[in-house]
Amino acid sequence: MRLLEVSALAKRFGGLEAVTDLSFTLEEGEILGLIGPNGAGKTTVFNLLSGFYRPDGGDVRFRGRSLVGLKPHAICLLGLARTFQIMRPFPHLSVLENVKVGALARHPHVRDALERAQAVIRRVGLEGKAHAPAGGLTLAERKRLEVARALATEPALLLLDEVMAGLNATETGRFIELVRQVNAEGVTVLLIEHVMKAVMALSRRVIVLNYGARIAEGLPEGVVRDPRVIEAYLGEEYTRAQA
Amino acid sequence: MTPGRWLAAAALFVLLVLPAVLGTYGLTVFIFIFFYAFLGQAWNIVGGYAGQLSAGHAAFVGVGAYTAAKLAITYGLTPWIGMFVAGMAAALLGLGVAYLGFRFGLRGFYFVLLTVAVAEICRLITLHIDALGGALGLFITFTGNPWMFQFQDSRAHYYIGLALMLLATGVAAGVERSRMGAYLRAIKEDEEAAEALGVNTLRYKMLAMTVSAFLTGMGGTFYAYLIFSLQPAAVFGIPLSVDILLRPVVGGSGTLMGPILGSFILSPLAEVSRAYLSGGAWAGAHLVVYGVLLIGVVLFLPQGAYPYLRRLLARGDAS
Repeated sequence: MRLLEVSALAKRFGGLEAVTDLSFTLEEGEILGLIGPNGAGKTTVFNLLSGFYRPDGGDVRFRGRSLVGLKPHAICLLGLARTFQIMRPFPHLSVLENVKVGALARHPHVRDALERAQAVIRRVGLEGKAHAPAGGLTLAERKRLEVARALATEPALLLLDEVMAGLNATETGRFIELVRQVNAEGVTVLLIEHVMKAVMALSRRVIVLNYGARIAEGLPEGVVRDPRVIEAYLGEEYTRAQA
Repeated sequence: MTPGRWLAAAALFVLLVLPAVLGTYGLTVFIFIFFYAFLGQAWNIVGGYAGQLSAGHAAFVGVGAYTAAKLAITYGLTPWIGMFVAGMAAALLGLGVAYLGFRFGLRGFYFVLLTVAVAEICRLITLHIDALGGALGLFITFTGNPWMFQFQDSRAHYYIGLALMLLATGVAAGVERSRMGAYLRAIKEDEEAAEALGVNTLRYKMLAMTVSAFLTGMGGTFYAYLIFSLQPAAVFGIPLSVDILLRPVVGGSGTLMGPILGSFILSPLAEVSRAYLSGGAWAGAHLVVYGVLLIGVVLFLPQGAYPYLRRLLARGDAS
C-alpha cells in the first residue's frame, strides 16, 4: 500500500530554490534513505512533510490525504512523526516527562501516557536515565530521546533526521538495530543520514538530492556507483574504499 | 502523607485559627497576602507553567472589578453571582488577547508588550466611560449586607481571601497533574518540539490564558468589595500588573507553592513599606524596596525562592 506520495514539491527561500520539483512515493513498511551533500534540501523536505514549512508548489499526500496547510501537531496526530537534526529535548524536564508529552498524543490520561512512555524508554535503552533531566544527557542519549519522543506518538511514518551523526561505531550499530526493530513492527521510515554504513544497511531504496533536486534514485548498491552521486556527494574516495 | 503534605496541612490549620488572635492590622496584612497569592497563582497558570509572560494581568482584575460592581450597583445583582460573570468577562478578554498574540506568533518580549498595551487601552477606555464613573471612579455604597458581598468584619474578607487562594491553587494543581500541565511545560521549553509531538500549542496557550483570566477576574470582584472604590489607574494600572507577576517570579514561577511563598515574602513587605515610607519625601520608596528585592532574586535565585528552599530541605533530609 502506498503510504506517502510526494508530487512536484517545491520550496523557495527568496531567490534560493531549496527544493525543486521533487516527487517520490513511500510504500507501507519500507525504509527509504534520503541522502545528499549539506545544503541539498533534505531537512527542508522534512520540514515540508511535517508541516513546519508550507510548500510553494506541489502536494504531499499521506494515506491519500493532502497534508498541505495542516499544522505540525495535526500531521503528528495523523501518524507522521519526525525528529529534529538539531535535537530539541525539553531540557528542564526529565527523560520520562519528555517522552510522556509524545505519549499523551494517543493516551490522554496521564497514567496511561506514563506507562506507555516507560515502555518506549526501555525500548530505546534509556531506562537508566528516566528521571534525569534531558538537558544533561550525552549526545547519543539525546539522540535516543529524540527518537523515543517521536515513537511515543505511535507514528505510521517516522522521519529520522541524521540520528546517527556523531555517534561511535558501537552506538551506530545499536541505532541501526533499533531502527530495524521499529520498522519490523510496522513503522515506515524515511531516513536522512550521512552515515553511509547505516544508509546501506537499512534502506531498501535511496533518493539522492543535490541543490534541491533529485539526481538519483534506486537500490542502495546501484546508487553508490552512480557517477553523478559520486561526483556530487560520495567522492572518489568512497568508491575506492568500497572497491 | 509526605512531609510536605503534613507541612501544608499544619500551615492550613494555623491559617484557619489565626484570625482569633489577629488584630485589624494583622488581618489586613493577611488579606493582601491571600489576595496577591491568589492573583499570582492565576498568573502562574499562563505565565509560570506555560511561560507566556503577561505584564497586563491588571486588565483582568479591572474588567472583573468593574463588571461585578456595575452589575451590583445598576442591576442589583449580588456579587456572589457577579464574580462569575466578572470571571467570564475577563476570560473573554483573555481569549481575545491570547488569540491576537498567539495566532500571529508573538513571543517573549513582544507578547509582554501586547499585554501591557491591552491593560493600558482598558484603562483609557474606562477613563472615558461616564457610566463607569470616568476618571472619578466607581464608588460602592457600603451597606454591610453579606448577601451583597459586603462585610463589617474583616475576618470575612480573611476567610474569603483564603478560600480564593486555595481555589486558585487547586486549579493550578489540577492543571499541573493533567495532560494540560504536561503540554504547557512542553510549550514553555520548546514550542516547535511540542508541536511536532502533537501538541496544539495555539489551543493550549489560549486555554491557559482564558483560565488564568477567569480567576483573575474573580479576584477583581473581591478587590472591588474590599476597597469599595474603583479608579481606572488603580485597577488597570501597570503597578498592579507588576505586583501580580512579582509574587510568582520571586516565589518560583511554574511551581505550585511559588506564588504563595512569593506573596508571603512580598505582600507584608509592601504593606510595611507603604505604611512607613509613604509620606512626603518617602513617597514611592516602597518601589525601591521592591526593586532591590527583585534584583536580588534575579541575581541569586533565578528560579525563585521555592525551588531553592526545596533543594535546601532535600539536602537536609539526605544528611
